[in-house]
Amino acid sequence: MEADSKPKKSGARLCCVCNQNRAALKRPKTLEQICRECFYAVFEEEIHQVILENQLFKPGDRIAIGASGGKDSTVLAYVLSELNRRHNYGLDLFLLSVDEGITGYRDDSLETVKRNELQYGLPLKIVSYKDLYGWTMDEIVKMIGLKNNCTFCGVFRRQALDRGAALLKVDKVATGHNADDIAETVLLNILRGDIARLSRCTSIITGEDGPIPRCKPFKYTYEKEIVMYAYFKKLDYFSTECIYSPNAYRGFAREFIKDLERIRPRAILDIIKSEMVQSLCLAGGAESRFTKAWHWSYSRPKQ
Amino acid sequence: MHLTLEFGGGLELLCKSVKFHNVNVDLPKGADKLSMRDLLAWVRTNLIKERPEMFMKGESVRPGVLVLVNDCDWELSGQLDTTLEEKDVVVFISTLHGG
Repeated sequence: MEADSKPKKSGARLCCVCNQNRAALKRPKTLEQICRECFYAVFEEEIHQVILENQLFKPGDRIAIGASGGKDSTVLAYVLSELNRRHNYGLDLFLLSVDEGITGYRDDSLETVKRNELQYGLPLKIVSYKDLYGWTMDEIVKMIGLKNNCTFCGVFRRQALDRGAALLKVDKVATGHNADDIAETVLLNILRGDIARLSRCTSIITGEDGPIPRCKPFKYTYEKEIVMYAYFKKLDYFSTECIYSPNAYRGFAREFIKDLERIRPRAILDIIKSEMVQSLCLAGGAESRFTKAWHWSYSRPKQ
Repeated sequence: MHLTLEFGGGLELLCKSVKFHNVNVDLPKGADKLSMRDLLAWVRTNLIKERPEMFMKGESVRPGVLVLVNDCDWELSGQLDTTLEEKDVVVFISTLHGG
């Protein structure tokens, strides 16, 4: 290892986009070294392109952002508000939170969403399991024990989101599911042999035949980039694991995906876009061919 | 060597809920430089009070933990081989929690 004298450690590494500022991070998607300002620009622009190419919204839409106070939903709320303003999407944005009644977890994260309501100026609606169903997750776990909690909670939460969305009279719900989440879900369904779920889980828009469709603007966005964006922009989010989650099977898929990312960062996008998964989604998916082609090449001609 | 360490994304829970730590790390015997590899070992021994497997895996951080040295991704400076200097700021952020 060379011990050459550097005026400032790694000072020579310049952003490969602007060639002026010091590179602040290495993008897992493209392995590019990029400075903060260029990173903000490319991060926001890519999401804008995903929204356009997949026609996620139309002017006048009322959109509820599923907000937990966590990193993905906070960044989603921030970026969507910003893009709505910058590109005149003409959307009415709302924050929609679900209170499952998990002490020491959800009660704290809801405080964060309340702050987000003020910080981003987006009206907030909270729907709770207690009001909707008559019991909290804590009460449910006490009855059924520590197994399969996530399965129940996931189902209840989805319905709670639908109810909240109906109360808000929105046209669509946007959630912060990112590329890592979707890759984990693909793996999870493969490990469990759940082909039916596999064919639905990677679609960027789901539930179009139901009351309220949902979309995932962060489908192609890496978790690492969401966290770095939030860190550099100093966005306020809550970051503790649900107390019941260590027992969830998803943990294995997550560990595997993270190990894989370390060896080959592009693996995450490759899993989502694999031929096998795509062919299963052909029936239901609302993906545009253009998006697929663009993401395969990881570059775009400058407009 | 005096350094400032910051733990985020839930990692602070492993250090008694303290996010910021001003530390003085001794260089390893016979070495004239402190690497991230050395710092991680020091942190595991001296700062992590519970569940070290949430912070480290082998000699590196657990996959899913981001590391920034002076606000720059450590992937740019050689990860474990990154050399640290006096008054550097190292940030560890876990991404392993709900969004």
